[in-house]
Amino acid sequence: MELQKKLEILADAAKYDASCASSGATRKDSTSGSGIGSTGGTGICHSYAPDGRCISLLKVLLTNRCLYDCHYCINRRSSNVQRAAFAPAEVVKLTLDFYKRNYIEGLFLSSGIIRNADHTMEMVIEVARSLREDHDFRGYIHLKTIPEASVALIEKAGQLADRISINIELPSEESLKKFAPEKSLKRTRQAMGKIRHRVENAKQVRREKSPAAKKSSESKFATGQSTQIIVGADASTDQTFLKRSTDLYSNFKLKRVYYSAFSPIPHPSAILPLQAPPLIREHRLYQADWLMRFYGFQATEIVSNDLPNLDLDLDPKLSWALRNRHLFPIDLNRADKLLLYRIPGLGIRNADRILKIRRFTAIRITDLIRLRVSLKKILPFIITPDHHPNTRELDHDNLRARFAPKPKQLELKLTT
Amino acid sequence: MLTLTIASHFPDWRTKARALLRAQISPSEVLWQAPGQASLFDSPIDSPSPIPPPKCSPPQIPRDFLTIAQTISHHASPDRWALLYQTLWRLTHGREKNLLKIPSDPTIARLHKMRKDLSRDIHKMHAFVRFKKTGEDPATDREQFMAWFEPDHHIMPLTARFFQKRFTGMDWTIFTPTGSATWDGKNLHLGPGVEKVEVPEEELDALWRGYYKSIFNPARLKTKAMQAEMPKKYWKNLPEADLIESLIAESQSRVQEMHQAPLQPPTSGGQNPYLKHLHELTSSEEKLNEPSDPSGGPSAQPQH
Repeated sequence: MELQKKLEILADAAKYDASCASSGATRKDSTSGSGIGSTGGTGICHSYAPDGRCISLLKVLLTNRCLYDCHYCINRRSSNVQRAAFAPAEVVKLTLDFYKRNYIEGLFLSSGIIRNADHTMEMVIEVARSLREDHDFRGYIHLKTIPEASVALIEKAGQLADRISINIELPSEESLKKFAPEKSLKRTRQAMGKIRHRVENAKQVRREKSPAAKKSSESKFATGQSTQIIVGADASTDQTFLKRSTDLYSNFKLKRVYYSAFSPIPHPSAILPLQAPPLIREHRLYQADWLMRFYGFQATEIVSNDLPNLDLDLDPKLSWALRNRHLFPIDLNRADKLLLYRIPGLGIRNADRILKIRRFTAIRITDLIRLRVSLKKILPFIITPDHHPNTRELDHDNLRARFAPKPKQLELKLTT
Repeated sequence: MLTLTIASHFPDWRTKARALLRAQISPSEVLWQAPGQASLFDSPIDSPSPIPPPKCSPPQIPRDFLTIAQTISHHASPDRWALLYQTLWRLTHGREKNLLKIPSDPTIARLHKMRKDLSRDIHKMHAFVRFKKTGEDPATDREQFMAWFEPDHHIMPLTARFFQKRFTGMDWTIFTPTGSATWDGKNLHLGPGVEKVEVPEEELDALWRGYYKSIFNPARLKTKAMQAEMPKKYWKNLPEADLIESLIAESQSRVQEMHQAPLQPPTSGGQNPYLKHLHELTSSEEKLNEPSDPSGGPSAQPQH
């Protein structure tokens, strides 16, 4: 099969993985090297596809042949999709050729499971090894790892890559059993635990140890791990997703959990018929994820047994505020940082700016306008010297209606 | 009224601004113009004026100002020199020592905005420069590349180091309308801009375009998000951009096809020994876990 065709099949096979980050790697460049490549600082998106997603890495599978039968996946063994496989040298050359033209920040390599976990991992590692060792490539490498692969191979992958990841795919053992019978949540969590340990160990060596230890293989390991969960394939509620994310962030210190709306694929499975991708739900989950990671919210505040799903009409912070009106209005000139973070319409950056400005002068509405805060959103929830909200307004039943999108009028069909 | 022409970049302006401060010439008495502008009108009023001799000792100039001024000097706005001199005047003769710390001052707000414009422009240049291979140097065996890029501002000198550190192992030249940069493995040379350079087509473009086409998911069209990050003005120099229109046009029918495709039944893995091994692993894990723990086992408890 010619290279062009292979590339098209194996990029098509990889596109359902939402991860695109090329940031957070250790700072490195080619000044002292014989090749090309640099990483560090913020990632760079070299292009955008019409799906709004950034194209930062050459994201391909080594092969889309696969032993597994995961029903959300286009590459499952029962799919009729056309199969292809790269030779490791072909991916190496493509990565270098694309990189030299400044198309990409590096490589994101994954693979269908062929023969067994170790054999597949070895093939993936060979690509990264050749890039790093034969070509002194110092760009970004993200390797997908397989939970069942041996410790030695995961170690090797982590030494070569800037980031490694294992996709959890579905949030519960029960769903995996139904839709991805070869996968196991338990094994995935075990592997993530080992990777966490290794990431932290390498970080500590880089920070504290002698120059000799810093150069040792002990100091070399990916700077983080991430994962992906598919949203809308199984019947899990948002509560299940956010509980799982809390588990992943707190127990395994993941850099990112990517939520990927279950997307229609060619050759769908009878076990999992297609629907339109729940893009708003995906968006709300990312917002809730942000609240947990940066704003000090707990999953239990955002969703509960009574309200297991996020409000699709309102962002989760506003929705939380409307359920906790007794905490408002909040005085912008007195509240502490974490309380400011809880005000709808006020992001972390502006909250931090307010903390700085109010050391010199009282915050007034004009300051909020200059900071481009949405007044419509924030006013019912705050107090400033020139603004005292009508507390009755805060108790009013209509407050929610002010923020919710207008109900759509049924269209009258005039044509027959 | 004094008319001054800034020939080269920042150092030229700095020298002249210092002389103006010492001669106590206020901003309203100076007209800053770009080179070439004078010959355009060719009137005696626009020809450069000599700066009068100093009247005072050189005033102290805050280091912070020099840093921001050096950056702003790369902005394409024609009034950048005037704006910088106004700020400098207020900092020194105007005795507004803390001016730079007041972001709500209209002039400072403008400088901050210009700095933001520049950092976005630099980021987009890092992203959207496209190198084309032109050959190999027979003497060194190094591959040679060139690129043509049209930034909004005069940022070639601000981006050249990034490209040098990243593309150390290849020879390259980047041309922009306001500056160029060449790297040969040893020296980074900054040169003047060029009006336009035709870049060659490459066979590799076809592979990249094939990749772009295949990585796009037609089931989640979000063209606004795409254009917010990759505005149309960049498209003409991106080999993949002319695919965008047809990808959007075909997306709906492609998704429809997916929905109409016959559903495929699952298959057993046959007698594959590895699958058997996995299924055995899973069932032994389940036995261990009974009564089953939905959170995935005892280690699900947060570790402290």
